[in-house]
Amino acid sequence: MHAETSAPAAIIEAVNISKSFGPVPVLFSVSMDVRPGEVHALIGENGAGKSTLMKILSGFHDPTSGQIRLDGKPASLPPNGAAEKLGVVLIHQELNLAEQLTVEENVFLGRGMKKNGFLDRVAMRAAVQKHLDEIGLDILPTDRISSLTIAQKQMVEIVKAVSRNARILIMDEPTAVLTEEETLVFYRQVEKLKNSGVGIVFVSHKLNEVKAIADRVTILRDGQWIDTRPSQDLTPDMMAQMMVGRELSDLYPPMQEVDVDAEVVLAVDGLCTADVDSVSFSLRKGEILGFSGLIGAGRTAVFEAICGLAPIESGTIRLFGRDVGPMTVAEARNAGLAYLTKDRKEKGLLLNKKMQPNLTLFALPKFVKNFTIDRKAEEDALQRAIRRFDVRTLDPEITVGKLSGGNQQKLLLAKIMECDPKIVIIDEPTRGIDVGTKQQIYHFIAALAAEGVSVVVISSEMPEIIGICHRVIVMREGHITGVLTGDHINENEIMRYAAGLKREELH
Amino acid sequence: MTRASEGMAGKSPRRVSIDLKTLGPAIALLLLCIIGFLLNPAFISEGNLTNLLTRSAFIGIIAVGATFVITAGGIDLSVGSMAAAIAGVMIIVMDNAVETLGSGVPTVLLGCGVAIILGIGAGWVNGALTTKGKIEAFIVTLGTMGIYRSLVTYFADGGTLSLNFEVRGTYRPVYYDSFLGLPFPVWVFIAVAICGWLLLNRTAFGRYCTAIGSNEAVAKYSAINVDRVKTLTYIIQGLCVSFATIIYVPRLGSASASTGVLWELEAIAAVIIGGTVLKGGYGRIGGTILGALILTTIGNILNFTDMISNYLNGTMQGLIIIVAVFLQRSDWKLGKSKKS
Repeated sequence: MHAETSAPAAIIEAVNISKSFGPVPVLFSVSMDVRPGEVHALIGENGAGKSTLMKILSGFHDPTSGQIRLDGKPASLPPNGAAEKLGVVLIHQELNLAEQLTVEENVFLGRGMKKNGFLDRVAMRAAVQKHLDEIGLDILPTDRISSLTIAQKQMVEIVKAVSRNARILIMDEPTAVLTEEETLVFYRQVEKLKNSGVGIVFVSHKLNEVKAIADRVTILRDGQWIDTRPSQDLTPDMMAQMMVGRELSDLYPPMQEVDVDAEVVLAVDGLCTADVDSVSFSLRKGEILGFSGLIGAGRTAVFEAICGLAPIESGTIRLFGRDVGPMTVAEARNAGLAYLTKDRKEKGLLLNKKMQPNLTLFALPKFVKNFTIDRKAEEDALQRAIRRFDVRTLDPEITVGKLSGGNQQKLLLAKIMECDPKIVIIDEPTRGIDVGTKQQIYHFIAALAAEGVSVVVISSEMPEIIGICHRVIVMREGHITGVLTGDHINENEIMRYAAGLKREELH
Repeated sequence: MTRASEGMAGKSPRRVSIDLKTLGPAIALLLLCIIGFLLNPAFISEGNLTNLLTRSAFIGIIAVGATFVITAGGIDLSVGSMAAAIAGVMIIVMDNAVETLGSGVPTVLLGCGVAIILGIGAGWVNGALTTKGKIEAFIVTLGTMGIYRSLVTYFADGGTLSLNFEVRGTYRPVYYDSFLGLPFPVWVFIAVAICGWLLLNRTAFGRYCTAIGSNEAVAKYSAINVDRVKTLTYIIQGLCVSFATIIYVPRLGSASASTGVLWELEAIAAVIIGGTVLKGGYGRIGGTILGALILTTIGNILNFTDMISNYLNGTMQGLIIIVAVFLQRSDWKLGKSKKS
């Protein structure tokens, strides 16, 4: 390893780890070490082997070959999270808390303090309160998990880990679901943990964040170890290049201007729903329209209402010049309007099914011939989609849950496009996917627009809104606060509208 | 289900394990038959086998309907009571129709028509209460189970409803006569099974059931009318109960509070033994048929042998259900490493 001699000895070390699932190799002789009091970022494209490496470091998987060393001594980690006892804790992306129990019950789950054979609630509550105070988290030990925000739940996970004397904390995309404010709180926690000597491994696709909080960065590509370097030696651009192994100068495709006379395909006027207040906008043929704003600003709610996924209270919707009332999802689809959810795991794909039934589910009526499903046509559609969207998998019979995030997103895109929509709404097109796949998706969106499809991109990532959209609508608290075009599309302007510092006088 | 994957990665080891899983119930049934034969060679006599098939028909037909409900993530506990209530009303209607329509075929057809309408109606009630009423299927059908059961007791005034003797004569062949060597109930069973299989495996409706059971939110976002599909599964279940009742009534010509007791659990057991996942998302009609046959075969074998008391029928069935589900656990794959 490249360890400088002055650095403290590593707590945990992975030496020449290889891992195969059946015949499929996913890691090739990867080494990594984590020292006390450091933040070690693990980055790579989806499918690069980050998750596998994390699971090996925490005992959830056994390496096929190679060695794990704990405090310099070869160790074999017990499976299924029992490595917690050795001080190695993995915090899963989908947090692992019992929703109906309280904070204190969760923290002490499975190892409650006992007095005379009964749970010593007083002592447990005090212990949890102490940890909460340390971390500066403003919740009570008796709060129920289900009543907490995602950020607070994550903090509870961290408290849980700390209370178990974690020396190594491994986190899978901890900030993916956090708002910017919550992310800052999270950074402060990381800093505190670091100072107390905990070694932290975290995976992130946000390279700016890696640059900001990591001490060292390990880059994986296609299961291979590429490099481990102090983060001050790296820029986000360099990290991106090392992850994909090629220049990424053309992350965003060149912008093609929309014809100002292009027909208006969607005109919404005075739309009101439970979370949306009097929203009006229009969309032209071949246009890429961005919807920006903070999380919870009502962007998703607007389009779920238009596409029949949520009830409409009032307002009119004109589709291709025709007034349409509230539609069902199927009617919207038949009219050429399709919504791609941001929640691909819960609302987008059937994770325990194969690719094929997933691909054709949305456009299934198209595949029905004589009351039965035309399986040959489905098969052809899958082959086409795999080629068109570059879905990479060694085994087309694999269940979708085992695909990497990027491939899932491509499959979801393929599923929505299977019904040939004229208007497609893509909610968070690149959430949790790697930079290489992001680039592919941006180019795909641009190509769609060039073909005359109108695309709405809802995104919380400002660079991508700025990079691919012709026009940007900013929302705040259920209202549209601004519409930006041309040079006005920049982070500053968007942020001012999104934060409510500036507001356009509409109508 | 064989699916050709052209040019992609060839055969995967996964398919082998799925085949084992699919074949499990078939192997179990075969083993049971061999045991039955070894214990008493009369087991494979034509008379016993037809008897076995005929007896499987009731549970089997109901279980085909239950496969749809369970695949779509629901459950229907009311089927046994529903069968009793339908049988009771059928008998009352036919008995009252004798004066006007006589004791011939029209009366029987009227009874069958009433049964089908009641089955569809009862299924719709279950479906509408779960989807539009947004009440858990378990609770809705627990409620209707009690209601239907008490209705038949009330109709029979605590006793037995008996079919008019002459109508019984007209109706009798539906249970007791054969066509091409197979009793009519078996033909109905076969027809329902084939229709069910086609519906689940070859139509968009079947795919929608699977999708809903697998993840309702995904189904909703995939332009599926979740409420309608779920309601339809309960209607199919009701229809299947009607068919089962139509072939059951001529067997005894009566209905009472004890008609169809525990049929719901036997039907659910058949579905689960057959490999359908109880929490939904994966359904197998073929497995359900085998499951129904397995349950009946156990009882049949116990009748044939003195080694185990016939009173232990339930014990044997229970053991088979538990073992079947144990063997079907997804991580139980022969020759394949376990993945946590």
